[in-house]
Amino acid sequence: MITAAAHERETYLNASYGIKSWLLTKDHKRIALLYLFTITLFFFIGGAFATLIRIELLTPQGGLVSSETYNKLFTMHGVTMIFFFLIPSIPATLGNFFLPMMIGARDLAFPRINLLSWYLLVIGGLFALFAMLAGGVDTGWTFYTPYSTTYSNTWVIATAIGIFVAGFSSILTGLNFVVTVHRMRAPGMTWFRMPLFVWSNYATALIQILGTPVLAVTILLVFCERVFHIGIFDPALGGDPVLFQHLFWFYSHPAVYIMVLPGMGVISEVISVYSRKPVFGYSFVAFSSVAIAVLGFLVWGHHLFVSTQSVYAGMVFSFLSYFVAIPSAIKVFNWTATLYKGSISFATPMLYAFGFIGLFTIGGLTGLFVASLGIDVHVTDTYFVIAHFHYIMVGGTIMAYLAGLHYWWPKITGRMYPELWARLSALVIFLGFNLTFFPQFILGYLGMPRRYHTYPDEFQVLHVLSTAGASVLAVGYLMPMVYFIWSLRYGQMAGANPWGATGLEWQTASPPPVHNFDEMPVVTHEAYDYTTVLGEVEVG
Amino acid sequence: MANHAEAQAETLALREQFDTAEQQKDASTLGMWVFLITEIMFFGGLFLAYTVYRDIYFPVFALASSSLNAVIGAVNTAVLLCSSFTMVLAVRASQVGQRNALIIFLILTLILGVAFLGVKAYEWNEKFQEHHVPGPTFHLEGTGQQGEAQLFFSLYFAMTGLHALHMVIGCGILTWLLIQSWKGKFTPEYMTPVDIAGLYWHFVDIIWIFLFPLLYLIDRHLGK
Amino acid sequence: MSEHVDSVRTYAAVWLILLALTAITTAVAFVDLGAFSVVVALAIAVVKMLLVALFFMHVRHSTQLTKLVVVGGLLWLSILLTFTLADVWTRGLIGTPGR
Repeated sequence: MITAAAHERETYLNASYGIKSWLLTKDHKRIALLYLFTITLFFFIGGAFATLIRIELLTPQGGLVSSETYNKLFTMHGVTMIFFFLIPSIPATLGNFFLPMMIGARDLAFPRINLLSWYLLVIGGLFALFAMLAGGVDTGWTFYTPYSTTYSNTWVIATAIGIFVAGFSSILTGLNFVVTVHRMRAPGMTWFRMPLFVWSNYATALIQILGTPVLAVTILLVFCERVFHIGIFDPALGGDPVLFQHLFWFYSHPAVYIMVLPGMGVISEVISVYSRKPVFGYSFVAFSSVAIAVLGFLVWGHHLFVSTQSVYAGMVFSFLSYFVAIPSAIKVFNWTATLYKGSISFATPMLYAFGFIGLFTIGGLTGLFVASLGIDVHVTDTYFVIAHFHYIMVGGTIMAYLAGLHYWWPKITGRMYPELWARLSALVIFLGFNLTFFPQFILGYLGMPRRYHTYPDEFQVLHVLSTAGASVLAVGYLMPMVYFIWSLRYGQMAGANPWGATGLEWQTASPPPVHNFDEMPVVTHEAYDYTTVLGEVEVG
Repeated sequence: MANHAEAQAETLALREQFDTAEQQKDASTLGMWVFLITEIMFFGGLFLAYTVYRDIYFPVFALASSSLNAVIGAVNTAVLLCSSFTMVLAVRASQVGQRNALIIFLILTLILGVAFLGVKAYEWNEKFQEHHVPGPTFHLEGTGQQGEAQLFFSLYFAMTGLHALHMVIGCGILTWLLIQSWKGKFTPEYMTPVDIAGLYWHFVDIIWIFLFPLLYLIDRHLGK
Repeated sequence: MSEHVDSVRTYAAVWLILLALTAITTAVAFVDLGAFSVVVALAIAVVKMLLVALFFMHVRHSTQLTKLVVVGGLLWLSILLTFTLADVWTRGLIGTPGR
């Protein structure tokens, strides 16, 4: 079916059949596909909430939904997209599939824990879905107290359980990746010969390990406060709601780096292949990933600038927030330098990479705006911030994710996607994205608050533009769904290395055999050494 | 001989993703250490809440702390330290292939662990009797700051409760180890599960090493 | 690590020291040391932690990576604590604009 012409050859897809062989698999490649299915589902659920939000915002008086329902919509959009789509996305799909292959390993260090991670995401997702269907939760994805602990009458507990469980999915994936990179590299695969995608996922794993447990205990405290009424954050008892914010953002700021770092890893790979050049400044890019992971833990107070956090602490956090932009900038400079005098091909993954570089830069630069105490006082809790983080998460991460999906699709499925339709989708997504979110910068700067569904009439034009953009974006996201599935049966058969890429994953068949390599590789050359690879980039 | 190699491989329980037994042991040990780091951060959130509130509400916290029985707390700390001692002796026994010693020390560790939990249950019951459980029936004598006093006890129950949960899980792991030891699964070449279970057990002990003085010994000289 | 088998005597010595430190920390708590009480209590706890980690958890025999992991974890906990306390302890130090 999927590998019609290769049915004589055993691949990870046809080695065993039946639902049990998938639900009880220990193969990292199959687990990656289980994740792919799950997070795609959550993406469209989160997208449905976004659609309702954007429709509601077409008119200044709202009217489609009540305020209470609107609160639930943006909460559930955030919770779904962050915890059940973005956080797992690249590491659990592309990372799971390719990290072992890229370092020449047969699997991750702990395959059964890998499967457990997927089940935890599913179980957490079921709790969250239950909460959504049973009536929803309206606290905002940030669960600020005492509203979430005392005053909200919605399904906080079920959602909290869902996020708690999903958090452990993330922790275990991080643990698996760290141990794998340290202990499972093939002979000759030194740290500085590893692909930069591995470095990014490794840095991401460090964040998952160090940050997520704090979110877990914080959510646990919210749970205890609601269920057992033991009030840690209750001001009536002397509790401090700002303490909750410290605990929450200690994780949730590094979480944004969990979401974007793997995307940066994909971009490093893609830029290199489609310029046919090694990544410029490899070690700088590698170290910058770890630097982002480390520095990302030192800036969380910039979410608390207007919370009654001390101004002194605010100044420290603001200064450090400027600092953390530096390693990201280093990456952008190095990618650009990689392009210089490269043999550029405009295949779909490269189009998404260009989109990433431009949009991530805008998102990152606007981050500097909000890192400034003076500006943040005005734009915090406005659409400016919303636009900022959507430029990074959607313009950045989701573009990188699509880049990676397209780049590695031939390896995963043994099929090429249809290039023309894919390029068209990339263009539609790019245009739709900018039409959706650029007006939001302006809206925010003019004073439109976030989490409001009614607004002054003069903002309507910008909101209509944004909603129009969202419709285009939605079409853009549906197109790959259609043609990827189409390609499984009708796509051109892919060879082992259709792009002429370096990297161990391209030295084995498409799709790979169960144990990844017929013979364990011994690595003798540096990463991105194109002299070792014959063949041109095949672009259909 | 093929049989010997098979038997050895079976004893080593070498998983197919690993090339050598040593790689498997290294990976498992690193994995447990990384997991313990996540546990440091998990408990860390509670330690942060404790530190902040103790700093802001020191007199009430000191008063609340003095309502705990320091001697029982100290004895329980000693019980747990003894269990760490027996645990490390169990690990040592598995390192030198002493199956009987391994089993005995595991049993002793388990008994001490259960004893700790028993004492904890007694202490919690005392708190229930004295109306020191946060909620509508809460009352701590000697202060007007009843809300802040509840903060202490919320943290007391949260921290000792989370610790006790980890102890229960630890006892479960010990039970599993006992069964495996009885079946003779562990040899000097393959005692990794005992080794990493020991790491977990000692870590839970270290958490208590901090919980005891922080919860039980705040400025004791003031009261009793 | 199976290469390093510590003696029972070593473990017993550490165990006895741990028990002694527990007794000391309990007794010292009843002495008025003012602000120094918490320093002493934490210092003793840290010593006990180091004894358990280095000897019982074999950290003194472990690889550089293990030691780095341990230090990293403690460092991260300290980041959480110090940066949050930097807020709590400096509130009101510098006036809030408008107040």
